[in-house]
This record gives sequence, C-alpha cells and structure tokens, in this order.
Amino acid sequence: MLTLYDVPVRSRLLLGTARYPSPAILTEAVKASGAEVVTVSLRREAAGERAGQAFWSIVRDLGVRVLPNTAGCHTVKEAVTTAHMAREVFGTSWVKLEVIGEEDTLQPDVFALVEAARILCAEGFEVFPYTTEDLIAAERLCAAGCRVLMPWGSPIGSGHGLNNLFGLKALRARFPGVPLVIDAGVGVPSHAAQALELGFDAVLINTAVSQAADPARMAAAFAQAVAAGREAFLAGPMEPREMAVPSTPAVGTALLR
Amino acid sequence: MNIQINGEWREVRAADLTAALAELGFADAVIATAVNGEFVPAASRATATLAEGDRLEVLAPMQGG
Repeated sequence: MLTLYDVPVRSRLLLGTARYPSPAILTEAVKASGAEVVTVSLRREAAGERAGQAFWSIVRDLGVRVLPNTAGCHTVKEAVTTAHMAREVFGTSWVKLEVIGEEDTLQPDVFALVEAARILCAEGFEVFPYTTEDLIAAERLCAAGCRVLMPWGSPIGSGHGLNNLFGLKALRARFPGVPLVIDAGVGVPSHAAQALELGFDAVLINTAVSQAADPARMAAAFAQAVAAGREAFLAGPMEPREMAVPSTPAVGTALLR
Repeated sequence: MNIQINGEWREVRAADLTAALAELGFADAVIATAVNGEFVPAASRATATLAEGDRLEVLAPMQGG
C-alpha cells in the first residue's frame, strides 16, 4: 500500500477540489474517484459571503484527508506564511508546497522551493513539494527533509500529460524509495495509467476531472486507469523493441506456395 | 481607525484582533489571520493590537488544486 508520511493510502488517485461546476458535482466527483486525499487552499474570506465556511463544511462531510497547498505563492516568505496559516485552519502538518517561478508555465522556482522546504521541514511540517523532474532539485528537497516528491507531468492545467518521459524515468530510477506523485498536466486517464505503469506511486488530478463534461464520470475513469496502471507496473511490462517479433510460432508453418 | 482588510479600507473601533474580527463578522468563522504580512496565530489574537493603516488578511478554506 502507498504510504505518505506514515499514513497508508489505498487510492493512488489524489484529487484537487478547484473549478468544479458546483459543490454538488465536486462531492460526486470525489466519491466517484475513490480519492482519500484532496487538495485545498486558503483564500481571502468575505464576512458577508462566507464562501470559505460553506466550502469547508462540504469538504469535512466528504470524510477525506486534506492536503493544503500554497498555490499562488512566489516567494519563500509567502509560502512559509501560507503554510503556517493552513496548518492552523486545516489542523494538519501536511502541506503541498508550491513556489511559482514563472507565470506562463507556472513552473516551480526550485531554488525558493528548497529553501521553503528546509524551513518547513525543520518546523515539523510534512512537505509535499511541487517540483520539476530535475534530479538535483529532488536531491536537495530530500536533503531538506521531504519524504514525498510531486514532480510535474507538464504545466498545471495544460493537459499535456507526461512531457519529459526521459527525465521522469530518470527521476523514478534515481529515487526508488521515495513516493513520487505526478502532479499537474495530466489530461486524460491514459496519461495517469502511463504514470503508474512507469512506477510512479500516485497522480494528483484536478482540471482533467473538474473541467470534463461529466466530472464524476471522468473521476471514475481516472480511478480505473490508475488501478490498471498500477497493476501493469506490478505485472512487469515487456521491453519495447525496434523491430517486429512474430507472436505466432514460425515452427510448423505450412508450405502453401 | 482605518485598516485594510483583505485589501479594502475599513473603519474599525476594536483595538485588538479578536475584537476586530468579531466586529467584522468573523467571530465564529474558520479562518487564519495575518497582520502586515506576518501570521498571527489564533491564540495570539487577543493580545495583537491593531494600528492605523495595518493590513489585515483573513483567509479561509477554499477550493484548490
């Protein structure tokens, strides 16, 4: 079973809670996905609207574990302060650490990420860093105290799947004992299956489900793809070859010319 | 005094953060607070005094990816 910071998690599909057509559809999608971990954020609350209070009541009713993010943070200080606030509000030391470095790709600033991770791990946070496939950044994050890594597949919300297969495979091979969760860029269930087939431990999906025409149905499709991908990884996929190899035996072929 | 709450100027009478949150309608809300960019834990709100021009952030759970 997958273990994230000593917490056993049966489902290898983690789900984001943003951009659903309605709270009811969010609830349906989380249930259909089988996800036990959902991501949440902190945003400004208007006293009159109390939108955050209503959302929090919905999430609590789902009975799932929350993973608060630091989305929108661009500096170490913003991310660390957001993590402190999230720990108090959500009552968890888990934090999905995001420090964005570039607006068009929302690529993580891995230098600031490592620094923020070092501070938060030292304070007892259990940090899930949103990072790239960069091996050195991953090494520094582990040295900072991270025991899970969340490399991107491709830019957030892009739906391009696993953009750098070579780099991601190298990351998987280099960190065999660290849970690796593909976060961002997964567009369709086949991308998720591919990630699990390559030995990644889990995927975190949001936009691909929330922006589907039928989010609950897509959530169920992702659940099946993740399960299939994991089974395929455990079954040991064949090695690809450059040339054809006949699958039907050549011995005993009739002479009919 | 005038302080900024989530980026908007507001007049508040309360001098400490706990009283200000009650005055602003957040008394029973699940929120986290920061003043001038620094996190103020719930346990420290009663002793956190506010001053003219302070920037107060009141954050709550929200959808996230």
